[in-house]
Amino acid sequence: MQAVKYVRAASVDEASRLLQEGGEGARVLAGGTDVIVQARERTREIDLFVDIKQIAETMSIAYDAADGLSIGAAAPCHEIYGNETVRELYPSLVDSTSLIGGTAIQGRASLGGNLCNSSPAADGIPTLIVLEATVEIAGPNGRRSVAVEDFCTAPGRNVLESGEFVVSLKFPTPAAGSGARFLRFIPRNEMDIAVTNAATQVRIENGSVSWARVSIGAVAPIPLLVADAAAALVGQPLSDETIAAAAAASRAAASPIDDMRGSIRQRRHLAGVLTERTIRQAAERAAA
Amino acid sequence: MTTQTSHIVVNTTINGEPTVFLANERDSLLEALRDRIGLTGAKEGCNNGNCGACCVNLDGRIVNSCLVMAAEVEGSEVRTVEGLADGDQLSPLQNAFLEEAALQCGICTPGFLVAAEALLEQNPDPSEHEIRYWLAGNLCRCTGYDKIIRAVQLAAGQGQD
Repeated sequence: MQAVKYVRAASVDEASRLLQEGGEGARVLAGGTDVIVQARERTREIDLFVDIKQIAETMSIAYDAADGLSIGAAAPCHEIYGNETVRELYPSLVDSTSLIGGTAIQGRASLGGNLCNSSPAADGIPTLIVLEATVEIAGPNGRRSVAVEDFCTAPGRNVLESGEFVVSLKFPTPAAGSGARFLRFIPRNEMDIAVTNAATQVRIENGSVSWARVSIGAVAPIPLLVADAAAALVGQPLSDETIAAAAAASRAAASPIDDMRGSIRQRRHLAGVLTERTIRQAAERAAA
Repeated sequence: MTTQTSHIVVNTTINGEPTVFLANERDSLLEALRDRIGLTGAKEGCNNGNCGACCVNLDGRIVNSCLVMAAEVEGSEVRTVEGLADGDQLSPLQNAFLEEAALQCGICTPGFLVAAEALLEQNPDPSEHEIRYWLAGNLCRCTGYDKIIRAVQLAAGQGQD
């Protein structure tokens, strides 16, 4: 392990100050499932961990019908998929948080951490994108909000400036007649990094798709919001033709790489397959 | 790297005993347990969160102790494999592992025991699928897993506390 110092921040302001003073070598410690490995294996130069888990706002999960859902950036996956409101109103968050790592990882890993690690293959992010999550950021100049699809900028990089960190994620209340689903393809049943993943949210009114969002991951430098896939669905009843058009839009939007997990051809194919499946299963949830 | 880390005092409860230990700021919980406290049950396998050999129970949830900083457990309750037996009396789950020959080399066993114990605490009658899914983060290169699954089923059937 690098010579990492450890500080518990008691407040948002203190965390922000510690991160700014610490500069490039200071990192937020939430679940630690990525950042401790990065410090140990020296894939990042880290000399200060700022533990934010004593700040109540970073750990809370709260819902009300007017404001929607708020999930603290450091709330662990098991708290999210174990939350009754999340299970009832945001089942697509259960899809993603229950397949990130194994049980022991889910005991610590957070959606805020998954987002800030900014992996192209992050399993948390496509769901956040289709649920229209807003990233609540605190920093030396106060608070700001960023739409989640604008947060990641490159593999391992995002819009956070010096001294800034993610406090929570906010989700609008699901509209009547809406449903969302996340799926991941890996060559085994669990405990692997996505070859490709995808999420869809649709709203169906009077038999027709009135609103949709589709997101695909592990097929580009950042998780993608595929506007053309949504456009292929909106304004028409869901049909094999509109779903095929949406899948084609996802294949076209994908710009994957070859690596040990999958080829360009396989990933582009999977982007289409997972788009189709998430649309169909999101529609089933919308009808339920 | 010019950062100087220092030793810190950590107040915690380990296997029910209030425990104060001295650790380096850079120590993981696994390093503190093994090298500072002398609890060598939790094993270092991969040291990056993939194998589960270092699994311990932290405030009621299983975690990989290689992915927890020792300083983080201030005020927390830690349970390790050493806490399963009551003196010389093995727990029902430990006996079931012996009964079903659910180990060979034994390196993964402490992690499996701690993880399975946590499963049975929250779900006393898990299905085979639930057991396999829960234990997916614990790797074993000897048994092929079937014997481990049968041991957990045996312990569950005996009304594991």
